[in-house]
Amino acid sequence: MKAKAEELDHQLTLLREMLRIRRFEERCAELYMAEKIRGFLHLYIGEEGVAVGMMQALAPDDAVVATYREHGHALARGLDIKAVMAEMFGKASGCSRGRGGSMHIFDGPRRFFGGNAIVAGALPMAVGLALADKLKGLSRVTCCFFGEGAAAEGEFHESLNLAQLWQLPLLLVCENNGYAMGTALAISESEQRISHKAEGYGMVAREVDGMDVLAVEAAARECVDAIKQGKGPRFLECHTYRFRGHSMFDTQLYRSQDEVAAWQEKGPIVRLRRKLEAAGALDEAKWQQLEDELRQELNEAVAFAEQAALEPVEKLTWGVYQEGAS
Amino acid sequence: MNGDSISYREAVREAIREAIRNDDRVFLMGEDVGHYGGCYAVTKGLLQEFGEARVRDTPLSESGFVGAGIGAALGGMRPIVEVMTVNFSLLASDQIVNNAATLRHMSGNQVGVPLVIRMATGAGKQLAAQHSHSLENWYAHVPGLKVLAPATLADARYLLAQALADPDPVLIFEHVLLYNETGPLPKAEDCPDMHKALVRRPGSQLSLVTYGGSLPKAMQAAEILAGRGLDVEVIDLRCLRPLDTQTIFTSVKKTKRLLVVDEGWRTGSLAGEICAQVAEHCFWSLDAPPQRLCSQEVPIPYPKHLELAATPQVEQIVAAAAAMLEAR
Repeated sequence: MKAKAEELDHQLTLLREMLRIRRFEERCAELYMAEKIRGFLHLYIGEEGVAVGMMQALAPDDAVVATYREHGHALARGLDIKAVMAEMFGKASGCSRGRGGSMHIFDGPRRFFGGNAIVAGALPMAVGLALADKLKGLSRVTCCFFGEGAAAEGEFHESLNLAQLWQLPLLLVCENNGYAMGTALAISESEQRISHKAEGYGMVAREVDGMDVLAVEAAARECVDAIKQGKGPRFLECHTYRFRGHSMFDTQLYRSQDEVAAWQEKGPIVRLRRKLEAAGALDEAKWQQLEDELRQELNEAVAFAEQAALEPVEKLTWGVYQEGAS
Repeated sequence: MNGDSISYREAVREAIREAIRNDDRVFLMGEDVGHYGGCYAVTKGLLQEFGEARVRDTPLSESGFVGAGIGAALGGMRPIVEVMTVNFSLLASDQIVNNAATLRHMSGNQVGVPLVIRMATGAGKQLAAQHSHSLENWYAHVPGLKVLAPATLADARYLLAQALADPDPVLIFEHVLLYNETGPLPKAEDCPDMHKALVRRPGSQLSLVTYGGSLPKAMQAAEILAGRGLDVEVIDLRCLRPLDTQTIFTSVKKTKRLLVVDEGWRTGSLAGEICAQVAEHCFWSLDAPPQRLCSQEVPIPYPKHLELAATPQVEQIVAAAAAMLEAR
């Protein structure tokens, strides 16, 4: 009975984490319309189950490598929400000192390596992070997130080959949301089962319902355990969907409203919410309390970002090379 | 090694050997660096000496293994990545330009990439257009990278240690014609700070600025010019980014004439950049317009005579310098 209660508590935590990302991003969209946030803004709305599920399996000293749709990964990884929001604003107290923006969120101490805006460009780097751990004899995992669009790039194939060839402690997580920008998988790939491509390199690969955070967490734990036992890299294809456009400029002419609505029905948050309500662990009052807490946290983050200082122009060329090294 | 004499190839190998031996974080990775012994035989014997973990053969996937070098550097290692030629490095240019060069700045100075990438560059071995180009100035264009061109045995032997000690990504370009150069075993003090350009031959009438594979040609040209009573100062840039402009300006203000020799194509060349900087900073000291001698605007051809005609040679350097001096 106690185990059951603990399990429900854990599921409530997962729900909170996902909702936190959702509300953060919805606020970002508003701030974008208000021209507080600029540049490209790629929202993760609909895909929260993947980041939150995966992070449950990672230890603090494991490495995370992410894409340009990485707000969810960053928050789930435990980055300071104020620093992430300030980064959106391009402020000096942002997690990348305002130099990166939405697409380049970094946190050295938390081993959060981007925020990388070139599809598949971070995969070779993740291979190298895993190689470093292997050479040092450390039992750590590098977890690399990328979209299914990356499978069309040569670097995807080069990286899978190297990871399997060298038996590296690397977890490759494909977030398959069906569209590379506006191009559906069927239009761009001859083999649409991305996990099959990984199997083609001899890699252990599996698929999971990315809209089910509990399924993602279970799969993540299984993969990380195997990797930490020295069984080589693992490939996890998470089937998911983004409810919004690719970026704020996307008018979504390439897909129907019905399709989006059908996926929203099986969204990771509504699904877990219903499950917890059915189990009697969540009611309307508790949900409202959760919403209030998150709103409060977000308000503080936005106020922090609003008030944060801009980097002085005199520091423009700072941080290109390590100071004092030339 | 033969007595007190060493070849450029052996000097590079010694540098790598010393680096692997002295630092557990250092490893070498690249195409054919292990079992084959290196495309230019630079890394011969290192696999046998250090084993497969530290001398790592890679598949032919430049972007993959250069990126892996970047990741390994982020992960606390000190990788030396060898790319067979600068032409092949273009397959990895995404990793070099978009990742290695940008991560420090993009991350707000939280993560750096202490990585060394070595590659061969330049023409002269009749390898035709896809193995002979000099694209180091493309990389020298990119903030975040450091670009070195060791032209002497001392630099071949000792620059690598400095590059590895640097917290930022360093690219080392080795000109293919230099590998067989042989001379006395150099001392570490013959290789000062990698960021400094050096006066290889003092002179008073013209500053001949060059780097890498063109340095021996420039030195020969200076000797020939000396025989004609023309006193030329030869400057070896060594570091193409950041440029040690101070050494160049000091020399030009003394000699009042500048000739830059650069195996890159003339249009958009590093030589053009140096001429522009000298024009901006030394204009009132100049007695003649800055000149440059670069490669012809053609992909490097295979036949010997055309390859020679396409790239700067000793006679052309002599002619260009003499024309500037004799027009006085």
